[in-house]
Amino acid sequence: MNFKNSYFYSMFWPRLKRNRLALFGGVVVLALFLISLLAPSIAPYDPSAINAWSVLSPPSWQHWFGTDELGRDVLSRVLYGARVSLKVGFVAVGIAVSIGTVVGLVAGYFGGLADAVLMRAVDIMLCFPAFFLILAIITFLEPSIWYIMMVIGLTGWMGVARLVRAETLSIREMDYILAARCIGCSNSRIIFRHILPNAVSPVLVSATLGIAGAILTESALSFLGIGVQPPTPSWGNILTSGKDYIEFAWWLSLFPGLAILVTVLSYNLLGEGIRDALDPRVKR
Amino acid sequence: MIVLPGVRCLLMALFSSMVFAACTRSEISPVPAAVVSSSIPATGDSLVEGTIGEASTLIPLLASDASSHAVAGQIYNGLVKYDKNLNIVGDLAKSFDISADGLTITFHLHPGITWHDGAPLTSRDVLYTYRITIDPKTPTAYAEDFKQVKNITAPDIHTIRVTYDSPFAPALASWGVNILPAHLLEGKDITTSPLSRRPVGTGPYRFKEWVSGQKIVLEANKDYFEGRPNIDRFIYRIIPDSSTMYMELKAGGIDLMNLTPVQYARQTAAKSFTRRFNKYRYPSSSYLYMGYNLRHPLFGDKRIRQAITAAINKDELIQGVLFGMGQKAHGPIVPGRWAYNPAVRDIAYDPKHAAELLAEAGWKEKNSDGILVKNGTPFKFTILTNQGNQQRLMTAQIVQQRLRTVGIDVRIRIVEWAAFLKEFVNKGNFEVVMLAWNISQDPDMYDIWHSSKNKPGELNFIGFKNAEVDRLLIEGRNTFDIEKRRRAYFRIQEILAEEQPYTFLYVPDALPVVSARIRGVEPAPAGIGHNQNHWYVPKNEQVY
Amino acid sequence: MFRYLTKRILMLIPLMIGITLITFTVIHLAPGEPVEMQMAMNPKVGKEARERLTKFYGLDKPLHEQYFNWVGKIARLDLGRSFSSDNRPVLDKIKERLPVTISLNVIALLIEFGLAIPIGILAATRRDTWLDKGITVFVFIGFAVPTFWLALLLMYFFGVKLAWLPISGLHTLGSDSWGTVRYLADMAQHLIMPVMVASFGSLAGLSRYMRSAMLNVINQDYITTARAKGLSERVVIWKHALRNALLPLITLLGFSIPGLIGGSVIFETIFAIPGMGQLFYQSVMSRDYPVVMGILVIGAFLTLIGNLIADLAYAFADPRIRQGEG
Repeated sequence: MNFKNSYFYSMFWPRLKRNRLALFGGVVVLALFLISLLAPSIAPYDPSAINAWSVLSPPSWQHWFGTDELGRDVLSRVLYGARVSLKVGFVAVGIAVSIGTVVGLVAGYFGGLADAVLMRAVDIMLCFPAFFLILAIITFLEPSIWYIMMVIGLTGWMGVARLVRAETLSIREMDYILAARCIGCSNSRIIFRHILPNAVSPVLVSATLGIAGAILTESALSFLGIGVQPPTPSWGNILTSGKDYIEFAWWLSLFPGLAILVTVLSYNLLGEGIRDALDPRVKR
Repeated sequence: MIVLPGVRCLLMALFSSMVFAACTRSEISPVPAAVVSSSIPATGDSLVEGTIGEASTLIPLLASDASSHAVAGQIYNGLVKYDKNLNIVGDLAKSFDISADGLTITFHLHPGITWHDGAPLTSRDVLYTYRITIDPKTPTAYAEDFKQVKNITAPDIHTIRVTYDSPFAPALASWGVNILPAHLLEGKDITTSPLSRRPVGTGPYRFKEWVSGQKIVLEANKDYFEGRPNIDRFIYRIIPDSSTMYMELKAGGIDLMNLTPVQYARQTAAKSFTRRFNKYRYPSSSYLYMGYNLRHPLFGDKRIRQAITAAINKDELIQGVLFGMGQKAHGPIVPGRWAYNPAVRDIAYDPKHAAELLAEAGWKEKNSDGILVKNGTPFKFTILTNQGNQQRLMTAQIVQQRLRTVGIDVRIRIVEWAAFLKEFVNKGNFEVVMLAWNISQDPDMYDIWHSSKNKPGELNFIGFKNAEVDRLLIEGRNTFDIEKRRRAYFRIQEILAEEQPYTFLYVPDALPVVSARIRGVEPAPAGIGHNQNHWYVPKNEQVY
Repeated sequence: MFRYLTKRILMLIPLMIGITLITFTVIHLAPGEPVEMQMAMNPKVGKEARERLTKFYGLDKPLHEQYFNWVGKIARLDLGRSFSSDNRPVLDKIKERLPVTISLNVIALLIEFGLAIPIGILAATRRDTWLDKGITVFVFIGFAVPTFWLALLLMYFFGVKLAWLPISGLHTLGSDSWGTVRYLADMAQHLIMPVMVASFGSLAGLSRYMRSAMLNVINQDYITTARAKGLSERVVIWKHALRNALLPLITLLGFSIPGLIGGSVIFETIFAIPGMGQLFYQSVMSRDYPVVMGILVIGAFLTLIGNLIADLAYAFADPRIRQGEG
């Protein structure tokens, strides 16, 4: 990260630390990282091992979270699902942030025609219900995890582009940029060395929120049957397979449902916390 | 209505509103005492059936989805139908005579039958239905049987005479198709007819309204020639999500649906449920299978197909997916039918044997993921199945796991029914499909297995080609001699068991549930739909 | 004002072109040609019919010509006919479903704004108290819970267990013959759960926005001045601060349309509500391209118009723009 250490220690961290909710979010997010890294070693069973003779058995000592409709261990599936769901979140947001940042930088820095054209493109994309586009493209191509991540990313970059552009516009006019230009710095050097680092904070916030959104989008796609495909477990498809048994096999929907809820909530709280901590206007 | 889709099944749909046809076993849940005491049929009330998919068109000739046929089945009649014991009896036809050589059938229409708009039903309607069906411009999947007709005439307005070139065993049954109103359709383009949204038929229920995405309402035809149905209205409620539908059932919002095996076994055993609903269980007349695209190089070798069958544990499928409520399938004819060959040996579950067969076919080495490799290509394929059928998806997942253990990498792709047909099946654009056939009473299966039926839109989409089977299929359909037919179909079953163009998986049980308010439901070999017109709700229990 | 209006309307043209371009591209991502899809179902349709269809869709022409052709048809509101076997005009199919989706979303929006504004203000004025934190967590839970799961849980508790509310659909069967009041009351009951689910999900964005807008305003000099003048806190907050914090919300209104329409796919499917979301989902799944194209274009145009109205309202409310410097 490009925060100057002094700033990080003097302003950002103390502020974030004081925000209990954000801290809680941060801890959960870290825990999830650990879980997805360690899933293969902490999961008690193979997440796709089917046992037709013990389907939908309630939580027990052998299966803490019970078993699903094919007798698979729900705990193991939720643990592995963490990997998939986080992967979807990160890759999709990575794509969105990359596109959005480039578009925002170019539009903001060069202005003029480039700006007009790119911002109109943003406006156009914002007119479409993103979920409609995602639905159509994934169904027409093929519901694979790669397409899902790609399409969520391709339909989610507009907010970032606007943010980065606004930030770029304000920084562009600052004295030190003018100075840099005068001493003959190249455009790319100015953009990458001077402007980009300053745009990191708003992007970071929107990326954090975007990951949460992507996890939700995947679960919605799973509900419609075009999310991550079996046997790969994602929280969305575990939850979907549990939806038919809400009343008597509650464990099958409760655990993935809670996993999504807590994760998305944590990302949001963390994102908000970072935003507040970074916002110089908000005085304490 | 949850029906195993399949074009063939639609022919069945014509005979009963519910495509549950059955044969032997039937289990009825304990009947509440009330049923016995108040058994005077009363008219009135509504029957509400939940349906996942919305009908697409109510001109059944043009429909390829089960929802459309389910609704149309209430509105139209055929010349003949199956009775509760699955015998062919007259429907619109009061009687029919078959000539001694079997080549000519003469149908005599009930006099005095009218269309819902009041116009009389005549032989002209039958002629029109025949002509429009075989018209090459009509987009329909049901023309085949009528193409066997050599000549059709109408000596008078109540008589139709059909002649065939050679004996055609399914001839009589083929006249179960819904007869369409000539006076409203003749000379017009059937594909743009308003009748697809406002049908006019002769059936026990007449069309009242269709609110897109919500419901289709039919009301009792008071002038129905067999007497009016007791229940005043038949309403199809469109509920796209299966969980929602089940909750609606419990909340009393619908009266009739098909349960899933889990629901039947685990969720509906409580007193609180059985007091309000009657559950039924009997073998359905359908089987689930995996069909291999035989044009695909991977599946050209029968050892590979045999190996895949040997790698699949059908008992596990029946246990895991059906909670034991079904039986293994090993051929295209379900146990209990006269043409069923009990001597055919099924390929038993034996992963070792599967591995040997695969090795024989050249798949010996495994890569680091444990997947078989031959000449550098890993052994992988995609099972394509249709959306909206949880059991099928579960079956595919178990198959996926079992094949993984012998080193085959299987993917599953789920596609909506219309797209499934259009984009994949009809174009031969698939490796393996998982589908079910609803089988008709007659064992004729020419459409599915004859090598000539492999063009886009036809049913032999796997491209099966076997000269002996071709010959036997024709032998089997071109005679009325049961013994000769049996011999032909027995042999076909042996060949299919050896060739394994399909891996036949299982015959599931049909598990309909009906609100206890509805009386007169009588399970029979034909299922529960056969006497629907006599169902009734006692006056004091009517709710609508 | 007039100049601003003309400018805004002229700006719509490139946006509309962009919308049609993207829609056209999305459809052409699909493998195979639309006509083939339709014909494959029915190989018996003769060569002649095939050529007629090919001509109709202009598929014998190069891509750019196809595009112009299609745009020309849209301009005349001709969206073609559905590929499904009902073969109905796309416009009819959309028309009968649009009102449901729009009214549902309008109700949801009203409730959302009605709740989010006070909640946001409350959170801002009680900043960093337990109330603020409680509100934060509550609204984010609304955002974080998967819609269909929440919907099913509600349906189970309120519909099956307690039997207080109808589970799905828009009307009770037989309600057509009831009096107007009872009919509408019945419909309102059916809408409670879907509207609840739809507005709960989007509460977070709006109320957080309101909160920070409010905080922003409160920190401005003129509020400090107002306070210094000795005005009561209530007057300061509700009169001076609120008015300024509300202004940007108008723009937000326009932008929340696509999100709501997108979300309607899920709750219309689960609650069996025959709206545009459900139609879109079904059409996408069955590769009914004319309907998919129609809904994409119409949905985007609606958003565009929504944005325009929001912008004009904003301009009208904001004197700086009203006076014509925009």
